[in-house]
Amino acid sequence: MGPTAKRTWIHAWLFLSPAMILLIAFTHYPAAVTLFHSFFSTPRGKREAKFVGLENYETLIADSTFWTVLVNNLWYALATIPLSIGIAIAMALWVDSKLKGRSFVRMAYFTPTVLPLIAVANIWMFFYTPGFGLIDQIRGAFGFAQQNWLGDPESALNAVIVVAIWKEAGFFMIFYLAALQTIPTSLREAAAIEGAGRWYFFRRVTFPLLMPTTLFVSVNAIINSFRLVDHIFIMTEGGPDNASSLLLFYIYETAFRFWDTAYASTLTVVLLLILFTVAIGQFLLLDKRVHYR
Amino acid sequence: MTGISVKGLTKRWDTATAVDDVSFDVEPGSFAVLLGPSGCGKSTILRLISGLESASAGTITIGGKDVTALPPAERDLSMVFQSYALFPHLTVAENILFGLKVRKTSTRDQQNRLKRVAELIGLSALLDRRPNQLSGGQQQRVALGRAIIAEKPVCLMDEPLSNLDAKLRHEMRVEIRALQRKLGMTMVYVTHDQAEAMGMADRIILLKDGRIEQNATPAETYRKPATSFAGRFIGTPPMNVLALDWNGNDARFHGQNAGTTAPIFSGKPQTPVSIGIRPEEISFSASSPCRATVETVEYLGADTLVDCRIGSERLTVRARNADNLKTGADVGLSWPRDAVHLFEAASGRRRDDLLIGADA
Repeated sequence: MGPTAKRTWIHAWLFLSPAMILLIAFTHYPAAVTLFHSFFSTPRGKREAKFVGLENYETLIADSTFWTVLVNNLWYALATIPLSIGIAIAMALWVDSKLKGRSFVRMAYFTPTVLPLIAVANIWMFFYTPGFGLIDQIRGAFGFAQQNWLGDPESALNAVIVVAIWKEAGFFMIFYLAALQTIPTSLREAAAIEGAGRWYFFRRVTFPLLMPTTLFVSVNAIINSFRLVDHIFIMTEGGPDNASSLLLFYIYETAFRFWDTAYASTLTVVLLLILFTVAIGQFLLLDKRVHYR
Repeated sequence: MTGISVKGLTKRWDTATAVDDVSFDVEPGSFAVLLGPSGCGKSTILRLISGLESASAGTITIGGKDVTALPPAERDLSMVFQSYALFPHLTVAENILFGLKVRKTSTRDQQNRLKRVAELIGLSALLDRRPNQLSGGQQQRVALGRAIIAEKPVCLMDEPLSNLDAKLRHEMRVEIRALQRKLGMTMVYVTHDQAEAMGMADRIILLKDGRIEQNATPAETYRKPATSFAGRFIGTPPMNVLALDWNGNDARFHGQNAGTTAPIFSGKPQTPVSIGIRPEEISFSASSPCRATVETVEYLGADTLVDCRIGSERLTVRARNADNLKTGADVGLSWPRDAVHLFEAASGRRRDDLLIGADA
């Protein structure tokens, strides 16, 4: 290696190092340690952690709470992702059209994204309050009985899902709005001359051209469906009877309420595996159907 | 075949008037060019005809039917956009078939027409490509194919060649014209390029500031420009339009000494006029009484552009075999009498009547 090549090489590493140090210290190292811990028992008092092999994973498979939480999380993902994306596209199309007070509507749609999820949760707590809450007051006006949305195992998870959709749709709308504005108006005009209606144009032109955004947004939506649990702390604490508990919330409880760090590590490994598989699968599957300009 | 008739067409936005009381007819099966500098309203007129914009006043009739209030799809026309407006995610075939699919034409009919059109525009080998895998000229053909497969009697084109290089532009010009003749379409074509207009049009509708300056055949527009603007817009280099000074019955170029130079012509005096002479009509003649000083010489190969000063005016001469002229040389200029155009100084209107009886 010549001196110039060596210097280039050193420069390259110097430039890479800030990001790399942060990523390794706070992402890769913890992930590796978590995997390592999942094969050990939880150290308690004088008892040190000892190697237990796959014992934690056997516990996990036998743990009915884990399966409840996992099913909850799948339902949470299946409900929030398509709905928040669908609503985001609808809102973006609406605020992209010629409209009086357009910037006000755009801002209004984006507001939930700006608010902290904890604050959002508190607002929705009021909406859901049995008897006094906004929803029950409206229902009351039509003569319906009052309902404890967050206290009923039947409805608790759905109530939490609604909040997540409300929070996320505005955020995704921004991406769709940006993508819509890159579609030249002449395409719409060309289609208008050919006599294509709005729905036909959306189905054949707009939606396919939004596919790269949909891929990006859906990856984010999936990650968020496993990550956004703040409102559960405020609204239900996972209850009643784990009906609204999600995987990450369960991990938090296991690690920092029951202090079972080894089992929490095991759960985390499962969460990482799920996210990893989903992200890769999504790119491989959708990449063929996404048209990048 | 279907003609177009535009009457009193006006388009106003809040403060600006883009098209101001414009009327013209396009004969069935003919090729009309809307020509003018940018901002003259030519594209707006095309968009009004297509229905993409709605008129503030006036009527548009296509094939005898008043379409002023109809949406674009019901006007029975096709359109080619400046940007081509191809759908980037669809193949060439899908792009061309877009309109037929919207109208749910039978698959067999679609395939037959696609085959015919693809052969006509020379794209048969590229039907499975995406627009971003095509060159500019090929994209242009796809846009053309999408317009002609509809088999509509009227085709509108909005500066379709402005994104192509000069050589390709010339080829496409010839091709579009041939295609229009072959299919018998009524064509309205927008351009700012006078060469394109001269080469393709049956009629040139020359526009300025939202109004028609002249509506005539290319030959007439060139030979008898209705205004000094029309004279300068058609032809390269543009027509020399020079201010004249009256001295008794004699007219001289602005700044020429009445005592020492011969008049350009004598005639009815006192109307402030300017004279228009095309650079290619002027020739050098050693014996001519009209003397000028050479300022710059630009050699172009086939001919040479010579800028001369005469009085305080400047005029361009396009001549052959003039490349040996030197800057500062004294030359004599002459031009045939029928090469002189007179325009009213204030309005720019052509005033042939002033020439009658004048001695040019």
